[in-house]
Amino acid sequence: MIDPWQTALSVLFILILLVMIRLFKGPTAPDRVVALDAINTFTVCAILIFGVAFQETVYVDVAIVYAVLSFVGTLYLAKLVGRDI
Amino acid sequence: MKPVAVTAIFAFLAYLLLTAGSGDVLFWSWPEIVAGVLIGVVVGGLSASWFCSSGNMRMAHPFRWVLLAIYSIGPLFVEIIRANIDVAIRVITGNIRPGIVKFNPGLSTDLGKLLLANSITLTPGTLTVEVDDTTGVFYVHMLNVSEICGEKEMCDASDIFAFFNMPAWIRRIAE
Amino acid sequence: MDAEIIIFICIAIGLLACTLGVAGILRFPDVYTRLHAETKLTTFGSIFLCLGIIAYVLSQYLAGGDAQYIVLGLHTLLALIALAFTNAIGAHAISRAAYRAGIKPEGVVDRLSEVEQK
Repeated sequence: MIDPWQTALSVLFILILLVMIRLFKGPTAPDRVVALDAINTFTVCAILIFGVAFQETVYVDVAIVYAVLSFVGTLYLAKLVGRDI
Repeated sequence: MKPVAVTAIFAFLAYLLLTAGSGDVLFWSWPEIVAGVLIGVVVGGLSASWFCSSGNMRMAHPFRWVLLAIYSIGPLFVEIIRANIDVAIRVITGNIRPGIVKFNPGLSTDLGKLLLANSITLTPGTLTVEVDDTTGVFYVHMLNVSEICGEKEMCDASDIFAFFNMPAWIRRIAE
Repeated sequence: MDAEIIIFICIAIGLLACTLGVAGILRFPDVYTRLHAETKLTTFGSIFLCLGIIAYVLSQYLAGGDAQYIVLGLHTLLALIALAFTNAIGAHAISRAAYRAGIKPEGVVDRLSEVEQK
């Protein structure tokens, strides 16, 4: 039987690589922000899966903090793109 | 004084939620509870003016939180599943007809607007682009604008949500 | 055994939704439609991945595990709530910023542009 966590991690890794195409190619700045947001979401999922696979609660705490901080980063990038700052 | 107390209690509950399972007084150890009380008081004193900026204490009632939980598990979850199947089909077939429409839910409080905007973003092919604060009109980007909705000046809730009347739910929770 | 099947189904749905979200980001024509794919499908995918994790944790706990599994599940739930809320708000911020930056949506109607002209 295949290990579900390992499979999920490999698929998420490939997805992050695919989103990076949009991150580098994206014709406008908001496109790149969208790609970055997607990468952040996938990273949080990957950290959660790491935490369960190794049974470390600390990893899940790191994921919570990463989710909140990446949100702040997205907001600042959006402000920059919208010329509010 | 009241905003400080409410904020301190919320911070304390959040701290308890994050440290559950640390000891044997119910689920917590005594040092964690003492630290939680101290941190809660400090956070309450520092951020009460921001957390309760509207001066409206309606959400302090526990019943509304239960209602919010029921709302997010029930109607919102069903709509999210329907929305995702819809968007997934559109991703595969590439059959889209995008546009920005107007929608007036008639909500007045900030929290209601926030909840409705989030619900709109997570449900059927719709995305809130801008909210007019003075009139309360939402500008919603739709992935597939129907013929009727594109003709009309102002769209109805039934054009945007499929199964449930979300603005009525939000009004019950937040106003 | 049954729990394992539930976990597999949840993870499969989550990964499928994430994959479709990435396909949407790569395929759709402009920022707003890409945001649709990104926000909805990746949030949905992460909800189901987290449900799979919670199902695993519960099955381990019921099979005689210690309280550490409950802590793990609770924190996963918190991370999920944080993720769902912040994704939606981030999507508003990006779409509003894109509109302010002057990127017009392709499409049939644009009521917002009528208002800005007045």
